[in-house]
Amino acid sequence: MTVYRWPVTMTMSILHRVTGGALYVGTLLVAWWLTAAAGPQAYFDFVNGIFGSWIGRLILFGYTWALVHHMLGGIRHFVWDTAAAMEKHTASKIAWANIIASVVLTLLIWVVGYYARGA
Amino acid sequence: MSANHTDMRTPLARVRGLGSAREGTGVFWRQRLTGVALVPLTLFFVGFLVCMNGADYAAVRSALAHPLVALVFAIMLVAGLVHMRLGMQVIIEDYVHGEGAKLTLLMLNTFFTIAVGVVSVFALAKLSFGG
Repeated sequence: MTVYRWPVTMTMSILHRVTGGALYVGTLLVAWWLTAAAGPQAYFDFVNGIFGSWIGRLILFGYTWALVHHMLGGIRHFVWDTAAAMEKHTASKIAWANIIASVVLTLLIWVVGYYARGA
Repeated sequence: MSANHTDMRTPLARVRGLGSAREGTGVFWRQRLTGVALVPLTLFFVGFLVCMNGADYAAVRSALAHPLVALVFAIMLVAGLVHMRLGMQVIIEDYVHGEGAKLTLLMLNTFFTIAVGVVSVFALAKLSFGG
């Protein structure tokens, strides 16, 4: 079947599951950060240092994208639950919009984050 | 099923309690319920972290100790953990077919969720009530 074209909605379906799995593991980061804040200052500064390192920022950037992507994907599922927007071309358009919006929003969150820090 | 004339149960009674984790459509509903709640909660979470970027120890602690923040955080954690536990349950049911391995992973899924929840809520309580 060489005429088969991989539909974007399938990529979205996989991404929804993958980002969900990533967020599952990501709750460890949230629990770790809260525990550090509840603990002594030296430990908080140590954890903050890890989150602030380039690898830490990369992971948090990925986490932000997973969160935004999964949230937008979830909203898409709510729309489908009402049996709306099921037509395949509509679904493909929404899938593309979801991917683009997740990247744009993630970048926006980080730009605002850095701006807030600088101010 | 329809050929079984001796079965006096209604169609609903026959399917109730089935499904790979014996829970039926309850999972679907709770996934939606927590998902709807998580949209505004996630926005709050992201907004809070953006505001906390670069904040020092004292600032983060006092922000998390604010009753409104602590309560919303707690609700977000509960909704998020219930949501992710159900999501992982569906993934396990989809990909793990051995009954023993499936039940073990379903148990570990619940243990992980409760462990993360208890640790996080304890940290929030400690921040709120001092110590």
